[in-house]
Amino acid sequence: MIKVTVNGRTYERLVEVRMTLADFLRQELDLTGTHLGCEHGVCGACTILVSGEAVRSCIMLAVQADGAELLTVESLAEGDELHPLQRAFQDQHALQCGFCTPGFLMTACALLRDNPAPTRAEVREAISGNICRCTGYQPIINAILQVSSEPEGKTKGE
Amino acid sequence: MKPAPFEYFAPVELQEALDLLERYGDEAKILAGGQSLMPLMNLRLARPGLIIDINRLSSLDTITATPEGGLTIGALTRQRALERSKIVQEQNPILAAAMPLIGHFQIRNRGTIGGSLVHADPAAELPAVSLLLGAEFLLRSKSAVRVVPAAEFFLSYLTTAIRPAELLTEIRLPKWPSGEAWAVQEIARRKGDFALIGVALRAELDAEETIQKAVIVMFGVDSKPLRMERAEAILKGRRISEAFLRELSGVVAEELQPDSDIHASAAYRKEVGGVLVRRALESALANVKETRTH
Repeated sequence: MIKVTVNGRTYERLVEVRMTLADFLRQELDLTGTHLGCEHGVCGACTILVSGEAVRSCIMLAVQADGAELLTVESLAEGDELHPLQRAFQDQHALQCGFCTPGFLMTACALLRDNPAPTRAEVREAISGNICRCTGYQPIINAILQVSSEPEGKTKGE
Repeated sequence: MKPAPFEYFAPVELQEALDLLERYGDEAKILAGGQSLMPLMNLRLARPGLIIDINRLSSLDTITATPEGGLTIGALTRQRALERSKIVQEQNPILAAAMPLIGHFQIRNRGTIGGSLVHADPAAELPAVSLLLGAEFLLRSKSAVRVVPAAEFFLSYLTTAIRPAELLTEIRLPKWPSGEAWAVQEIARRKGDFALIGVALRAELDAEETIQKAVIVMFGVDSKPLRMERAEAILKGRRISEAFLRELSGVVAEELQPDSDIHASAAYRKEVGGVLVRRALESALANVKETRTH
């Protein structure tokens, strides 16, 4: 039996030890915003925050998250009100199919928390562990930089 | 469900972990940061029958300065913690500089120093840097403790001197001498990818900038981190000039005997290896010059 807090809500579930954290979020908690691409820690689509740090949820076991606080992409918007990062992704056309977007958003959250005014080079490096196959990286970088230049956008959702 | 079924233990005390290793030895796999093991399990390239998850052994998550000026690092210390650590930045600049080269920050948030060392991927940064630094590894089993120097620890691809009942608990780094030139560099297709080839080097200089002693370790070129003994020997007693750097590149390229793989040919690795050592040495000397004039 594990107990985890996801996006502020606490869940207790009995899980098989071999269930990955990503599958746990999607299948047990129906939080399907976290996407699974490569499932071996390369593509970054499944990135979430575990105890505040961005990690790949496909290469962590659900049982390892026992007692932890998790934030997934579902934590960002408040009702119909998009998070500044989500709005910036929309403004900058930083997504087409959207498959990789949850991972990029959570990676960007961690980046902007640690470094609220990153340079373009720092943004590029921060997202280097996330793969996008259709949109291209320039609009994504532009979106993250847009938020970093909006004073109210930096801390929301953290 | 990606990984094949396994039995799972998550000890909270070191002794408990050692008891489990004593009992299950060969069939058990230790799960630390999981950034190499979990991908292998998801792909079912690894199907361990039993997992000993050491993530709850918080006593192994420590960075301590020793009275002698060295560092003692618990094996479970996250790579990201080393990267952010003020103590590491102050006491061991080369270790600090190597950390951002490891994977991506999401990987370093989970990946541990001990996990990387015991996994012993020949393209990994930490085994090479630990060899360069003359690190010692504390290996504990239920009945014994032994200390193995890095030079005797790495044996081959993913193979170290650790025994089935042993757990790497601590990494000991001797005092880093200030004033020594150093560099760590690598070539990868993209930031965060595995290094096609990399180098960590250090050089002791006298007041005239003549090299007294140099250590060069390359990674991604052999089955384990590789000391470049011929190149080290020719550096001794030399001052750096353009002609000498060209000679050095040639010696390194000749000394390297890398394999070809889908990422790079052997010829490419030899050529680039020579260039990389030259570049690293130049940047090491430029940096040390700058700190001396300040």
